[in-house]
Amino acid sequence: MKKEKLFGFINIKKKEKEEKKPKPNKNPNSQTKSESEREGMSSRGGKLSSSSSELDLDGPNIEDYLPSGSSINEPRGKLRLRDLLDISPTLTEAAGAIVDDSFTRCFKSNPPEPWNWNVYLFPLWCFGVAVRYLILFPARVVVLTIGWIIFLSSFIPVHFLLKGHDKLRKKMERVLVELMCSFFVASWTGVVKYHGPRPSIRPKQVFVANHTSMIDFIILEQMTAFAVIMQKHPGWVGLLQSTILESVGCIWFNRSEAKDREIVAKKLRDHVQGVDNNPLLIFPEGTCINNQYSVMFKKGAFELGCTVCPIAIKYNKIFVDAFWNSRKQSFTMHLLQLMTSWAVVCDVWYLEPQNLRPGETPIEFAERVRDIISVRAGLKKVPWDGYLKYSRPSPKHRERKQQSFAESVLLRLEEK
Amino acid sequence: MGNTSSMLTQYDIEEVQQHCNNAFSQQEIVSLYQRFCQLDRNGGGFISAEEFLSVPEFAVNPLSQRLLRMLDGLNFKEFVAFLSAFSPRATLQHKIEFIFKVYDSDGNGKVTFNDMLDVLHDLTGQFISEQQREQVLTHVLEEAGYTKESLLVMSDFVKILGSSGLKMEVEVPVD
Repeated sequence: MKKEKLFGFINIKKKEKEEKKPKPNKNPNSQTKSESEREGMSSRGGKLSSSSSELDLDGPNIEDYLPSGSSINEPRGKLRLRDLLDISPTLTEAAGAIVDDSFTRCFKSNPPEPWNWNVYLFPLWCFGVAVRYLILFPARVVVLTIGWIIFLSSFIPVHFLLKGHDKLRKKMERVLVELMCSFFVASWTGVVKYHGPRPSIRPKQVFVANHTSMIDFIILEQMTAFAVIMQKHPGWVGLLQSTILESVGCIWFNRSEAKDREIVAKKLRDHVQGVDNNPLLIFPEGTCINNQYSVMFKKGAFELGCTVCPIAIKYNKIFVDAFWNSRKQSFTMHLLQLMTSWAVVCDVWYLEPQNLRPGETPIEFAERVRDIISVRAGLKKVPWDGYLKYSRPSPKHRERKQQSFAESVLLRLEEK
Repeated sequence: MGNTSSMLTQYDIEEVQQHCNNAFSQQEIVSLYQRFCQLDRNGGGFISAEEFLSVPEFAVNPLSQRLLRMLDGLNFKEFVAFLSAFSPRATLQHKIEFIFKVYDSDGNGKVTFNDMLDVLHDLTGQFISEQQREQVLTHVLEEAGYTKESLLVMSDFVKILGSSGLKMEVEVPVD
């Protein structure tokens, strides 16, 4: 049933697209389809330009997937009392959502399975715990401390002494941030395999990746000094954000501040035009997902008119679950969890750069890129906006269901 | 944490099973308990309306507000009992009783014209005018041999809904 739900929305999307066609054609060939799509594009384009100043990061495409109308029977025959009283499809849907829903699944972390359940394994397991906490963990703390000492003792002089030589300073800072990230990766014995060509610095390109934890950023950053767009964090992470990472061109914002969006949108557009700027990295899901699902991509990254380079990141959960559930765990606790595990095993794929196809809307483009990443990383797609973690779905989704039910009632009433 | 599901003993499970007339197997009860703990974010042993609404698929359901009246503050036993109407093992009578309860807002065992109108309002929202809704409902009621003033009781619902197949089943995922 779950699978049906997950895959079902693709068909619904197709169906709705056909309904949107201006004139129903008896035998639609490819010509008419592309025409209608272009029409849709131009009308949407008009809407975009009017609101482009705020660069609406909330893609309006959720309703394209919502299983709207799935609970409503096809109009058949005359309306009878039983048709009005029978609310079982809607109730079934509600109960189905209570028992299991695709959105909550996205944020479910798998706790590590202790393998200490029999007499032979128990001593082995204890030995493992001792090694992890008493040998590996202190060693890693030492590595990280050395890393910080080296980093800070060279970053601070570089930052303040090379004020006049911007180019050299930028280059040095880039190398140092990459080095620091390597220390971080070493502190959880990161076994990271990178596939595909390394990103290069050039204007008019933006990298997008699926998001599991803040360590995504560290893992990518150790190879290339990306400028990243991220939520502003409190505590020591926030301090790092506003001091060190600012220097590699990272952009911070507050999810809930509408004003921040405008500023971010403007910074984004300026950043991608710069020749010498670090490549831009965006996590378009906007929130951490457990690396088994992918939620809707925000369209912001896909409206910049740049080449989009997808990056797929897949963690192997054999030793530790790299998903950071920011509601239950602080980032420090998350790092400690990683540092007391055997290793963090992960694969990173730099995928084929993609461009907006003629006649494609930014939303369709975002979906296409999500497809590419999801296939590579083996993620299941769900039709939800990740921000629903912080807010309720808008009433228009419910209104859609009401509308289709109302229409079917009225339609059947006319049949006599 | 999610690990608490292993805390359910066989006695607990059997007790819950009895409470819901064996509508769910032991494994299903364990799954439901995991889900219950997941939804009960603050770990209070019951699920509040707010916590139910955090499931977007539930929140967008036209009947969610109405169901919340039955759902708000359920503990695990009541939670399972609520869902038992959706078990494939539940009787048709049980399912119809559940639907009846959704309609019967004041719980006096009688469904009035206004009760039905309210549910229809939830289902159609602003897309049918109040007047038209009344007309439609009066029309189909009269066709089925009732009037606007009739009070429908449980046996009426059985007569109306019981004749043809009522599909109201939800599968509990078991790993």
